[in-house]
Amino acid sequence: MKKLFGKLGFITVLSALVIAGCAGDSESKEADNKEQAGGGTLIYGRGTDTVTLDPHNIVDAESSRISKNVYETLIDYEKEGTDIVPKLATEWNTSEDGKTWTFTLREGVKFHDGTDFDADAVVYNFNRMMDESHPQHQGDFSIFGRTVRSLLEEVKAIDPHTVEFKLNESNSTFLPNIGITTFGIISPTALEKFGEEINQNPVGTGPFKYESWQENDSLTLVKNEEYWIEDIPKLDKVLFKVIPDNSARLTALKNNEIDLMEGLNQTDLPTLEGDENVQLFKRPSANVGYFTFNITKAPFDNVKVRQAISYAIDKQGIIDTFYGPLAVPAKNMMPPVIWGYNDEVTDYNYDLDKAKSLLAEAGFPNGFDTELMVMSTDRVYLPQPQKVAEAVKANLSGIGINVKITTYEWAAYLSKVLNKEHAFAAIGRLSENGDPDNFLYTMLHSNSSSNLSLYKNDEVDELLSLAQQTIDKEERNTIYKKVQELVHEDAPTIPLAHVESAMAGATSVKGYIPHAIGYESLQDVYIQK
Amino acid sequence: MKSYIARRLLQLIPVLLGMSIVVFAIIHAIPGDPATVILGDQATPETVADLKAEMGLDQPITTQYASYVKDIVTGDLGTSLKTKKPIKEEIIPYLMATVELMIISMVIAIIIGVNAGILAAWRRASWFDYSAMLIALIGVSIPVFWLGLMEQWIFAEKFGWLPSTGRMNAREPIEAITGLLLLDTTIQGNWTGFVDAFKHLILPGIALGTIPMAIIARITRSSMLEVLNADYVRTARAKGLSELKILYKHSLKNAFAPVLTIIGMLVGLLLGGAVLTETIFGWPGIGRYIYDAIGSRDYPVIQSGILLVSTIFVFVNLFVDLLYARLDPRIKYR
Repeated sequence: MKKLFGKLGFITVLSALVIAGCAGDSESKEADNKEQAGGGTLIYGRGTDTVTLDPHNIVDAESSRISKNVYETLIDYEKEGTDIVPKLATEWNTSEDGKTWTFTLREGVKFHDGTDFDADAVVYNFNRMMDESHPQHQGDFSIFGRTVRSLLEEVKAIDPHTVEFKLNESNSTFLPNIGITTFGIISPTALEKFGEEINQNPVGTGPFKYESWQENDSLTLVKNEEYWIEDIPKLDKVLFKVIPDNSARLTALKNNEIDLMEGLNQTDLPTLEGDENVQLFKRPSANVGYFTFNITKAPFDNVKVRQAISYAIDKQGIIDTFYGPLAVPAKNMMPPVIWGYNDEVTDYNYDLDKAKSLLAEAGFPNGFDTELMVMSTDRVYLPQPQKVAEAVKANLSGIGINVKITTYEWAAYLSKVLNKEHAFAAIGRLSENGDPDNFLYTMLHSNSSSNLSLYKNDEVDELLSLAQQTIDKEERNTIYKKVQELVHEDAPTIPLAHVESAMAGATSVKGYIPHAIGYESLQDVYIQK
Repeated sequence: MKSYIARRLLQLIPVLLGMSIVVFAIIHAIPGDPATVILGDQATPETVADLKAEMGLDQPITTQYASYVKDIVTGDLGTSLKTKKPIKEEIIPYLMATVELMIISMVIAIIIGVNAGILAAWRRASWFDYSAMLIALIGVSIPVFWLGLMEQWIFAEKFGWLPSTGRMNAREPIEAITGLLLLDTTIQGNWTGFVDAFKHLILPGIALGTIPMAIIARITRSSMLEVLNADYVRTARAKGLSELKILYKHSLKNAFAPVLTIIGMLVGLLLGGAVLTETIFGWPGIGRYIYDAIGSRDYPVIQSGILLVSTIFVFVNLFVDLLYARLDPRIKYR
């Protein structure tokens, strides 16, 4: 019997050695050789998969991440900011009344299937979204798209390289809005060929062409050799790989299985210090995490109560403890990376005495009981939501307010907050188009359904509507700054933090600049040989 | 035998029907709905209502359930609300990924578990017995996610011996035929791919196989202990048979029935319960597919996914029951 036991053990050890032996070098060497031969392959690790490849129906960031590289829009945002730059349109102008926009289109651009990009293609795409009787009008069409489309009266071709958009009313957000991936231009030939299945067979004009997609695993794009900018893109291939767990994704990066990863845990940052093979990237913080009151519910209908709570929350303490080095305290409902930000606003500082006296003036010298709602899972703008809620509870107990925390899983939470079932809740917003309107109008205008505090201030409403109708950027800038002052006084919400998200990549990855909107074109990225 | 199988298959109908009602009721009872999740921050009450109508979610629950059952009976698993693709097509690659992982885990679990159990029973109260059972105790108690992360840290990050995530080297993708990559690469004669796919299976296979391995070891040991005391074993020894023959040929055959039952149950457990392993190792399997569907309230995917997994579970156990007869001729099916 001992013999048997010995044999078994020997075989086990032997097979382990064989497996371990062939595991090591061959793989990385092969990969190195490949990269030296061409422009290289980039493997981008991310947490969740793409939902659709039909840009007109996109509502999520992971779908936009692909579309941004396969499709192009008429205008784009600059590489390191949100100012508008030409893309498929080379120039544009507006009529006096701001209702007619004329775009001159880039010449010599071809879709991946060889179809010419021209005014007819643009008209075809916008009609697909606007016109319910259009043969290719499939899908729900993104809500963001719907709001823009409700603005559009007509889109027509003036000549092969000029398109005219007629709007119902003057709207300054029209231009930044048509730069979001939702308005990517699809090849009309491909749309006719694939119909609804364009969501699995994307054909655009972008720097990369679609190759394959294994759901929940990997999605592959390859270089568009005919791209209209010479020597762009630099990479031969980009592979987007789904690895749901943040720590596992980091291990995969360190093990050279992927080249770039998003969603780096703040707690993992120190472990990367001094690691020569890994470089850090920071995605600018075009977001705001905030607490919202429901100001139709007592006692939050009283501005003094809201101000008292604003004074009683130790933002810096919360950020130091739970957010780590990548967040800054917020004092406005929009992030400083977006133009229109008012830095003159002085934040409510952490001052319990002032909070107590305000609460007493409001008629609550001994505080009151309330409920704070939070989501159960981390959001970009709110890591560790339950712990942050505990900190707020501790802060508010200092002025006699007794907080009960209720937690819901994300899907349930979202529907409760959108139904305004909360009295006091934690939530946030990410930028969609880099425009201040996208934050201030959306969260603070009384007509907006995302106005979760149900805030209504006639002056703010008027200013925000005026800003939408004003085309001049300087004038809008002044209006938005004024809005932020007024909102600060009324305190319908408590801005908490703007968060940069941490990313990591192999040091061989060059030319990568994360964009504030949350996804970017990878046309300038290359792997250093 | 035939009538037994027919009866067992008929019993399947009320089981699956009951289960579909429970699943349907629970997922519709939890707050949150797919339209709100899909629309996210951009949702407004009007657009949510629009989208719900488009998805058929504005119909009464009973109507929704009836149309779901009708679809299933005609072999239509429905369409995902999120991806808009037929679930029947979408689910296969996920299922295959899980099946491949499950087979490897069970192979690891059975080979090590059964042998450890036999040896522990054979050398009862020896150092081997004690340490094997201690390891088995640790094995059943160890959290899978912790084990998975430790494996990654040691074998991928520290030593770089094995890949930490996924099913294949993303730089050298393997073309799927059946979805079982070891089989696919064999068919293609792609041996580099085979080794690669195998290396990717080791760490998640061990993580997923540890608990079944520990359970199997413990069951095998206790079952073997009973048999080793039986008269016929003593007779066999008296006849001068080798210990190897006594253990593996005569005793194991009689001791294996309870082990087989457990293996059948464990297969079901691994099919649906691999979510943690699949998440940590970025394994595109069916557990994660259903789990993600719960997060986005993709009702048809949750329903059809659970239905499919439980059907497989029932069939595996039927197969196990039929195996008893091979193992023990005294068992007759009526």
